[in-house]
Amino acid sequence: MADKTLDAKGLNCPLPILKARKALKDVPDSGTLEILATDPGSVADFEAFCRQTGNELMEHSEDGGTYRFLIRKSA
Amino acid sequence: MSSEEKSMSIIVTKGSLDWAYPPFILATTAAAMGLPVTMFFTFYGLPLLLKDLNLQLTAAGNPAMKMPMMGGHMGLPNILTAVPGIDAACSKMMKNLMNKKGVASIEELRELAVEAEVRLIACQMTMDLFEYSLDDMIEGPELGGAATYIEVATQADINLFI
Repeated sequence: MADKTLDAKGLNCPLPILKARKALKDVPDSGTLEILATDPGSVADFEAFCRQTGNELMEHSEDGGTYRFLIRKSA
Repeated sequence: MSSEEKSMSIIVTKGSLDWAYPPFILATTAAAMGLPVTMFFTFYGLPLLLKDLNLQLTAAGNPAMKMPMMGGHMGLPNILTAVPGIDAACSKMMKNLMNKKGVASIEELRELAVEAEVRLIACQMTMDLFEYSLDDMIEGPELGGAATYIEVATQADINLFI
C-alpha cells in the first residue's frame, strides 16, 4: 500500500508530472507515491522525471489503458 | 544553487494561445524536475503576465493548424481567416478541445509556475513600449532588461527562445 495515491487519469502532459511533484511533498522520505494516469506519454515522462530527480520508479504497469506508477521518494 | 544543479531560462516572445503553451509547459516541468527556471517576457510574450488573459489564436498564415473534425482534420483557407469573428471562434474551438483532452489552461500552468517559484522577469522596455505597468500584471514578476537576462543565461544550462 502506497503512502499516497494520485489520480491523474484524464490529464494530459505535463499535468501528471506537475501533480506528482506536488503530491510527493506530502510523502515522507523513503515513502511511496502511487500514480494512476491515462496519458501514454506519461511512461517515458515518469522514467525521465525519476532519473532527473533521484526518486526511484519502483514499478510501472498498464491495465486497460490506465498506467500505474509507484515511486519511492528519495531520502 | 549548487554547481551540480542544472537550470533553465526561456525568452517568451509570443502571446497567442498556441504559442503560450511551450514556454509554460517547459518551465513548469523543469521546475517540477528540480531546476531553477527563469522566464523573460518580452514583446508579444509580455501580455501573458496580465491579470486577465483571454488568449486567442489565428489560422491566418498557419497551414499546419488543422483541427480534428468529422473523423478527419480540417484547416481554414487563408481567405476565410479574414471573416469577422473567425479567430474568436477558432480560439473557442481550441479551448474546448484542450479542455476535453485534459490539457491544462494557460492560467492553470501560469499559477503552477508561480507556485513552483519560477522567476518571472517582465521586459522593462516592452512595458514602456506598450504602456503596461506592474499593476496590470499578476503578483510575482520583477522588472528587468537585456542585461538582466544575459546574466541569467550565462549561468543556465538550457536557454530557450520561444
